[in-house]
Amino acid sequence: MPELSYIVAAVVVIAMMVYVLSAGADFGGGIWRLFATGPRAQLQRDRLNAAIAPIWEANHVWLILVVVLLFSCFPRAFSAIMTALHIPLAAMLVGIVMRGSAFAFESYPAGATRLQKRSGRVFAVSSAITPFLLGISAGAVASGQITINAATGIVQTNFISEWLAPFPFAIGAFLLALCAFLSAIYMTVEVRNEPELADDFRRRGLWAAVAVGVFALVSLLLAKNGAPFIYHGLARGGFAIFFQIITGLSAIIAIGALIKRRYRLARFAALAQVGLIILGWALAQFPYLVYPDLTIQNAAADPVVLKPILIALAIGSLLLLPAFYYLYRVFKAGKTLSPEPLEATVSDDK
Amino acid sequence: MDDLLAARSQMAMSLAFHIIFAAVGVAMPLLMIMAEGMYIRTKKIVYRELAYRWSKGTAIIFAVGAVSGTVLSFELGLLWPTFMEHAGPLVGMPFSLEGFAFFLEAIFLGLYLYGWDKLPQKIHWLCGLMVMISGTMSGIFVVCANAWMNAPVGFDFIDGQFTNIRPWEAMFNPRWFTMTMHMTIAAYQSVAFAVAGVHAWMLLRDRNNPFHRAAIGIALVVALATSIAQPIMGDFLAKNTAANQPLKLAAMEGQFETEHRAPLRIGGMPNVDEERTNYAIEIPAALSFLAYGDFNAEVQGLKDFPRDEWPPVPIVHIAFQIMVACGFWMLGVAALGAILAWRARAVPQQRWYLWLLVVSGPLGFLAIEAGWTVTEVGRQPWVIYGFMRTADAVTPMPGLIVPFTVFSLLYFVLSVIVIYLLRRHVFQSPTTQQIHFYQAEDAGNPEKLNEESKDA
Ligand code: HDD
Ligand code: HEM
Ligand code: HEM
Repeated sequence: MPELSYIVAAVVVIAMMVYVLSAGADFGGGIWRLFATGPRAQLQRDRLNAAIAPIWEANHVWLILVVVLLFSCFPRAFSAIMTALHIPLAAMLVGIVMRGSAFAFESYPAGATRLQKRSGRVFAVSSAITPFLLGISAGAVASGQITINAATGIVQTNFISEWLAPFPFAIGAFLLALCAFLSAIYMTVEVRNEPELADDFRRRGLWAAVAVGVFALVSLLLAKNGAPFIYHGLARGGFAIFFQIITGLSAIIAIGALIKRRYRLARFAALAQVGLIILGWALAQFPYLVYPDLTIQNAAADPVVLKPILIALAIGSLLLLPAFYYLYRVFKAGKTLSPEPLEATVSDDK
Repeated sequence: MDDLLAARSQMAMSLAFHIIFAAVGVAMPLLMIMAEGMYIRTKKIVYRELAYRWSKGTAIIFAVGAVSGTVLSFELGLLWPTFMEHAGPLVGMPFSLEGFAFFLEAIFLGLYLYGWDKLPQKIHWLCGLMVMISGTMSGIFVVCANAWMNAPVGFDFIDGQFTNIRPWEAMFNPRWFTMTMHMTIAAYQSVAFAVAGVHAWMLLRDRNNPFHRAAIGIALVVALATSIAQPIMGDFLAKNTAANQPLKLAAMEGQFETEHRAPLRIGGMPNVDEERTNYAIEIPAALSFLAYGDFNAEVQGLKDFPRDEWPPVPIVHIAFQIMVACGFWMLGVAALGAILAWRARAVPQQRWYLWLLVVSGPLGFLAIEAGWTVTEVGRQPWVIYGFMRTADAVTPMPGLIVPFTVFSLLYFVLSVIVIYLLRRHVFQSPTTQQIHFYQAEDAGNPEKLNEESKDA
């Protein structure tokens, strides 16, 4: 029954998509902490922290869901990826640990100001390193370098050459730019009552959009040699082209809306754009999990394993979605992070 | 250090670190909602203050728990890819359910921590309850996976392959119930004792502080209930071990000979070369009774099993002695507290008793670490008991000493910072006057208090 494995694979893609759209922006927030400059630098930092604080732990769980689904439903692919990419993934874990802990130390310092400052810096730096390493790992999976020995069924790897190559690094940079882009755009909405602050983030969003464009182009050029299967997949047939056009359109709308200060529209378009990029990637790679040896079907566990997990996922979602909805309603929907109607901040610059 | 040893050390170190934070994540929400519930019922501000300040310390521990747990779920693949390639589908069900428990836990934790002045009091309390339930469930699910490694069922083993997988049977294996219950109680018990210890220490410095007295009151209730339940549950668990892993039981007890009327050994040092346990106090026939409910029952000894399947016997035996000793010590301390409290109709105030609580503070965590050592080391040399050896599960990646060193250093630094910050939080607890002041102020305006305690 191949359909079941496709459904699980679709769930994995959706979970990755939500992870990038939510936790990716939390990483982006850390990145902008690095670039908090100008007269409102401290205010930028404060708002970024306030935006991330209540939700980052929940957003982070999507990554765990991806890992769990991979090892329970596609164990061969999980084993191959985890073996070949041990080094970048372990480094990413160090980043995840430092970032999460540093953020907590910074948020609850009990008056230890020096520790608080240092934690803030560690948080910012590790927020940049972590998605970069995640991107490298994703790029390595797509590159077609991770192969399985047909006789032994064991992954063939020297643990280095699979990821230490231009294409994975370009994808790392691309993911980094996407995170920064999402975060800046979300922030324009969150601080929309503080026009100057919103403008700070708007400018940052536009810079990030440029970076996204550049790294997208670089990745595409490198893909020709670095990940030929993906490269051809992206251009395969009329459907793929149509897909690229929609993605491009969303990007243009996002940037245009940002320029026009239509922040909600920009956010919507950016969500669509980044979601479509990940979906496009997944489709380009279809039906492979790890090109060229592991397909969704041949890496999948037995249907007797997949079916109950899918049922559990469905029932779990019934609990999860209302809970997420409530979380975002309490802390996000219709709220801004700005405490007062802001004469004070508006008057300090011009 | 060879790669296998490095991998085992890294896994053990990561788990030993994570389990402390996980236990706090399971149990602190209970203490917090008990305090907040007391506030809702009595309107005594000291309880609200307690819940609020506990939640700040818990937030730090939660974050470290979440990221160290993420490390674990990756490490399963990074260190043991062969194990996961075969076991993944079998333990997938509990881990998937655990994923949902994490989601709910993180969501309601966000609401609880940042919702003090955004949510109505009762909704806020309910969010705390949800954190507690989902935290407990996540612990139960992951221990189900571990129980499967000790009692692997739910598959047919054909030509070295796990086929005909039955996920529910694997999840609800013969060991899941006793192990998960024992672990859950352990989490509540260890945290209750740690909390009582910290607040007793503060009370020794500031004898009349109602804040610390309230804290000890709540912690002792939980400590008493769990200390009574734990030895009982432990006995069920040992019977379950005897039925499913007789070799492990023999190692725990230092039982080398197969015999009827086997004695229970207290203390002692197993000598593997001489194949005997020296210096132990032996209670005749007690082991036969405890393990099988019959003084004449036959207990299998280590010699009944091939030598190359023995776990490191002294480690398992000593760890088991430490855990049980801690368990009975804590039972004694909690029972004593109950008597003192019943006599005084108040939280015990005696200096010597407060010192006793301080000394007993770390014992729950010690028992947890010892207990896991019993379970994990007692399962060696197997990673899947009877089916896959640990040595066959490890990654081919060379140089594993490097990540082991890096993560050990990282966790060491984190531990230092966490202890430092928690210490600061504890030392900022309110004085008696502050509590009275808050109480007077609260008469009209609870929001105000919240602002103040934030500034404090
Ligand atoms: C899902 C599985 C799982 C769970 C819930 C635990 N462990 Fe475990 N543990 C393993 C899965 C595992 C493992 C992957 O199977 C290891 C690595 C090598 C081995 O034999 O088992 C292991 C090894 C291992 C060892 C080393 C044994 C040896 O190599 O001699 C220790 C001391 C612990 N663990 C301690 C713990 C602690 C403190 C835990 C509390 C959280 C814990 N384990 C939970
Ligand atoms: C191999 C063993 C284990 C793995 C792979 C594992 C995995 C994880 C992961 C991925 C998280 C982070 C979830 C989040 O982001 O909120 C986590 C947290 C947690 N784990 Fe573990 N865990 C293991 C052992 C245990 C054990 C034995 C317990 C028993 C009590 C436990 C209880 C918890 C709890 C309650 C949390 C959430 C609380 C917190 O974040 O502090 N875990 N674990
Ligand atoms: C007082 C008497 C106690 C008895 C008789 C007892 C019994 C046991 C036994 C037999 C095991 C081994 C399970 C296996 O076969 O793998 C075990 C494991 C364990 N014990 Fe205890 N125990 C006691 C007290 C405690 C206390 C006080 C704690 C912590 C507060 C604790 C924490 C643990 C943990 C964490 C494990 C490993 C996980 C599990 O199996 O649930 N135990 N215990």
